Amino acid sequence: MPLQSLDITRRSATTTPSPGERQTMEVAKLIDVSKCIGCKACQVACMEWNDTRDEIGTNTGVYDNPRDLTEASWTVMRYSEVELEPNRLEWLIRKDGCMHCADPGCLKACPAPGAIVQYGNGIVDFHEENCIGCGYCISGCPFDIPRISKKDGKVYKCTLCSDRVAVGLEPACIKTCPTGALVFGSKEDMVRHANERIADLNQRGYRNAGLYDPPGVGGTHVMYVLQHADKPEIYHGLPKDPHISPLVSLWKGVAKPIASLGLGVMALVGFFHYVTVGPNEVEESGEE
Amino acid sequence: MTNHWVDIKNANVVMVMGGNAAEAHPCGFKWVTEAKAHNHAKFIVVDPRFTRSAAMADFYAPIRTGTDIAFLGGVINYLLGHDKIQHEYVTAYTDASFIVRADYQFGDGLFSGYNPEKRNYDKSTWMYELGPDGYATVDPTLQHPRCVFSLMKAHYARYTPEVVSNICGTPTADFLKVCETIATTAVPDRTLTILYALGWTQHSTGSQMIRTAAMLQLLLGNVGMAGGGVNALRGHSNIQGLTDLGLLSNLLPGYMTLPGEKEADYQAYIDKRAIKPLRPGQLSYWQNYPKFHVSLMKAWWGDAATKENNWCYDWLPKLDKVYDVLQVFDLMHQGKMNGYFCQGFNPLAAFPNKAKIGGALAKLKYLVVIDPLATDTSCFWENHAEFNEVDTAKIKTEVFRLPSTCFAEEDGSLTNSGRWLQWHWKGANPPGEAKPDAEIMAGLFLRLRDLYRKEGGAFPDPILNLTWAHKIPLAPSPEELAREYNGRALADLADPKDPTKVALKAGQQLDGFAQLKDDGSTACGCWIFSGAWTEKGNAMARRDNADPSGLGNTLGWAFSWPANRRILYNRASADPAGKPWDPNRKLIGWDGVKWAGADVPDFKADVPPGDPMSPFIMNPEGVARLFAVDKMAEGPFPEHYEPFETPIDTNPLHPKVVSNPAARVFRNDLEAFGKAKDFPYAGTTYRLTEHFHYWTKHVKLSAILQPEQFVEIGEELAKEKGIKAGDRVTVRSNRGHIKAVAVVTKRLKMLTSNGRKIHHVGIPIHWGFKGIAKNGYIANTLTPFVGDANVQTPEFKSFLVDIEKA
Amino acid sequence: MSADTIQRYSTQERLNHWVVAICFILLAASGLALFHPAFFFLNNLLGGGTWARILHPFIGVVMFVSFLGLMARLRADNRITAADRQWMRQYRDVLANREDRLPEVGRFNGGQKYLFWLMAALLLLLLVSGVLVWQPWFAPYFPVWAVRLAAVVHAVSAFLLIAGLIVHIYAALWVKGSVRAMTRGTVSAPWVQKHHPAWLRQIKGGNK
Repeated sequence: MPLQSLDITRRSATTTPSPGERQTMEVAKLIDVSKCIGCKACQVACMEWNDTRDEIGTNTGVYDNPRDLTEASWTVMRYSEVELEPNRLEWLIRKDGCMHCADPGCLKACPAPGAIVQYGNGIVDFHEENCIGCGYCISGCPFDIPRISKKDGKVYKCTLCSDRVAVGLEPACIKTCPTGALVFGSKEDMVRHANERIADLNQRGYRNAGLYDPPGVGGTHVMYVLQHADKPEIYHGLPKDPHISPLVSLWKGVAKPIASLGLGVMALVGFFHYVTVGPNEVEESGEE
Repeated sequence: MTNHWVDIKNANVVMVMGGNAAEAHPCGFKWVTEAKAHNHAKFIVVDPRFTRSAAMADFYAPIRTGTDIAFLGGVINYLLGHDKIQHEYVTAYTDASFIVRADYQFGDGLFSGYNPEKRNYDKSTWMYELGPDGYATVDPTLQHPRCVFSLMKAHYARYTPEVVSNICGTPTADFLKVCETIATTAVPDRTLTILYALGWTQHSTGSQMIRTAAMLQLLLGNVGMAGGGVNALRGHSNIQGLTDLGLLSNLLPGYMTLPGEKEADYQAYIDKRAIKPLRPGQLSYWQNYPKFHVSLMKAWWGDAATKENNWCYDWLPKLDKVYDVLQVFDLMHQGKMNGYFCQGFNPLAAFPNKAKIGGALAKLKYLVVIDPLATDTSCFWENHAEFNEVDTAKIKTEVFRLPSTCFAEEDGSLTNSGRWLQWHWKGANPPGEAKPDAEIMAGLFLRLRDLYRKEGGAFPDPILNLTWAHKIPLAPSPEELAREYNGRALADLADPKDPTKVALKAGQQLDGFAQLKDDGSTACGCWIFSGAWTEKGNAMARRDNADPSGLGNTLGWAFSWPANRRILYNRASADPAGKPWDPNRKLIGWDGVKWAGADVPDFKADVPPGDPMSPFIMNPEGVARLFAVDKMAEGPFPEHYEPFETPIDTNPLHPKVVSNPAARVFRNDLEAFGKAKDFPYAGTTYRLTEHFHYWTKHVKLSAILQPEQFVEIGEELAKEKGIKAGDRVTVRSNRGHIKAVAVVTKRLKMLTSNGRKIHHVGIPIHWGFKGIAKNGYIANTLTPFVGDANVQTPEFKSFLVDIEKA
Repeated sequence: MSADTIQRYSTQERLNHWVVAICFILLAASGLALFHPAFFFLNNLLGGGTWARILHPFIGVVMFVSFLGLMARLRADNRITAADRQWMRQYRDVLANREDRLPEVGRFNGGQKYLFWLMAALLLLLLVSGVLVWQPWFAPYFPVWAVRLAAVVHAVSAFLLIAGLIVHIYAALWVKGSVRAMTRGTVSAPWVQKHHPAWLRQIKGGNK
């Protein structure tokens, strides 16, 4: 449950400004893929802090488990075995989860007022008590993150521990990460830290190391340091240039006011037609 | 660890070999990432598998399992051949200059003195040449043909890059790249740290693998240095404490040893262990053995231990052989044991050849299992279909299960790999009837003592006289036990500097082991832990992380044995004149009166620089041993021997001596070894980050992260066998089979060794028939019942299997 | 039945029409509610947002099936002829109430017929696209691009359908007697003579 109510930047299905008097710092989680050992401690911390428990699944021939994000697993490790140069294997392990976009597709698509909010600090949070379970956020998301619960029909995803952040704590995954692959702070500091890491990676021969903070979604509040920032797709399909799908923009953008207006105009036209032309009656008849 | 976890950050090169630190020690691994991020360290990994550690490495080299000595021997050869050693260090601080007896020999895979019937060595020739003064003779020029340096050079000259590549399957270029990276630390101001774990210990040549690493580090001058050392990463949060407290069957606390059956004479026992210096002016600290030993006997038997009765020496068991776990289970299997107490141990899952272990347990009259969990061992008699196919009706063993607490349900100290004793406080009360282990043991002891009192018995004295000064006899507290292992004065102790003053009054806690006496005036339960709980209080509970040197030696954090010393052999971090090899990592220095600095000196504090006393004060030589003299079972220089189950059927170095000639093999187990023609693939078992041994299959969160048993194979083998990722496969060894899901990966590459294609089959161990993860087979169904020749750690890492689609 | 009272819709036809109509009202209300926040309050018609989300697709299926029934009943009378096309071309005369200038209309006029087929087409699109976005039963089995496309198709189809039905409803209100035709089933002969003279002739002929 969120603790903030005075620093909301955006609120789903809401056309008027949200309470935003309180000024907060923009935060970010930085995931340094080059330091991630794929231990999944963050998955445990996430389930422990949020008191969710996924199913005990099966092994499908890979290390990834649970196999995908679910309503109970808000973050999962994704393992990719990549050989960019022959005989120089890289095992790229990416922590997947909500990116907390500055321009969140989920929020844009959501029809339920206040089911998705974006706080002043950049966190995009689901308020499941307002969620109606339509799944529009799923099609709105450029990263395929939200998952509908089979139990309650509500959609769940990483909250960036908005409850912890609101009281000055770091997200649970950050606290537990043993190698420092996960760090959290102001977005500015995280970018600075990322640049230090990129310099180190450059010096180790990763010429294309870089920060993943995709502008197509206005930047994100979860960012990656990638050894090969020129090829994000090798990291288990991280989108190269993510943006809200034009279909979603059409559907939940211009179409909304135009169509609403159009229907209103039609009804009005009918009314004025009636007023001007009058009813179409059988004149002589006694139709009661 | 010679060093400690935090110190890894000081390294310039980190090598993980014989371990998988990222996977098995993720929390400690942060110091590797720290070394990389802030010390620009290069990180190299050598492993049969491209592990989670390899994923973090700057360079990874593959190796065939069980061939690490060949690899490291090759590195030694490279360093000597390319003159990449730290000469001054090697000459001053190792036995390189010591001259070896003329009758010492090595040829065709065997050292002098071998007895093929007994499979052991007469080690008398593995010794230095002693001069008329009783001291070892040396040649500081290192030119003498029989000096250790010359012999070592000759020994490893055979390990050329081509030989290494042929044995290990490592591509020559990869091997040389590792050599070059390691060689960069031969200069005084760069260090290499070597991190290893069960990937070295669990071989029939495990101890020698570690020794080879130690030799390497000595040649590079990296022992005693911040950011250096040979660092064993212990698997369990307190397994270091287990070894320290002498829980191995042949040890007494603090690495003192139990007498053998031929050592009936107390003075002979002491003389053999209180070794005299082999070179003039050396400290040879084990000369204090009688102080440690007498104090231990006083701690155990109090007033009953007197000078007259040799401090109860006769009450100590005298070993006819080592009763390690393999030995015990072999005896059990032969029907020579009636009862077995199994405390915090799950041998059915954790020891090799499950069929043999289960068969042995079935021959017991009773089995007592003390554990927080319902272990597989405690249910060995239950039929769990394919996972544990036993005929319950035929098993007569009576099993008692005594629930104990988990570490978080009790106070106490845990000793980490870096030798830190860290006090911890109970986080929750234990469930149900679970009791701390100490209470369970107290209950057993007090009942036994009562029986001895009432009924007498064959040998009641050690039981009746055992010190049991606990406020609540049925519940010895962790604090009482900790105070006991620290030790206390039994009489007023005079100040050594001013005998008219009393340093400690009778009954007071000792400040450290330097105060121990061999006259019965001190009691100490574990001499190396002395200092952990002094009159100042519980040093283990200290949490001051002040780090004035910036090297991470936080002397105010917890207590590090011995004497709160953080880096062992730290006198070797400075040259003989006392100048640090690297001014940026100065650990200790001479202040005109004594040694002091960022660490507690590992040296006699008042011996000034320039004195002949050398830094390795525990050794009678005063220096570190490149030549192990008689300390190792299979030879003074590590030699490559193949695993007992080898996929190449020979030893390319000496085909007549394939595997460790000094390893103990029980009669029936020899037949249980498989051959490459039937089992062509190199099997190796290991752990996963998501699980801890066989515990966490009982833990929901861990079960969620890794729910089901799997084995890993490379793409080439998968293609050959028509196996796809996710298929169920059967893995067989000559001892049994398991079924699991196949993970097909690029991370296991085919290697070529001695002309053969080598495929590895990786077998994580964490499954069994108890717990909430998906039930599975016990991986140790497959593993061979043979151990390291010195310490009998089973060869879990190298054996032969076959694999097919289930 | 009096001589000048003509049965325009049978009881089954009326029931069927009103099932479709009620479904439409509920679907349009809940659909608009999910479409634009200004309409979100309309969800309350179905018991709130979540109930609206749950019920909307089921009602949609009911509407589609009912419309199939309507098609079975009225398909024959909705065949589009050259006269209908001419009728449509003269929409200005239609709107200006100059029925006398229009071609003779049968049971249904051109507008009714085109709307009928437009509805049929839109309902099919709505059904298919609706299944694609139907949470939680079907949507998870389709790729996200298909779901996104379906959402747009659904929205556009719904817009056209609502727009069409605004015309339909307005026409019913505008042409007096139409509401009675669909509620009571009957119309007067003059009403038929005025709006559907060809149909009247057909009935008369049939009665002979």
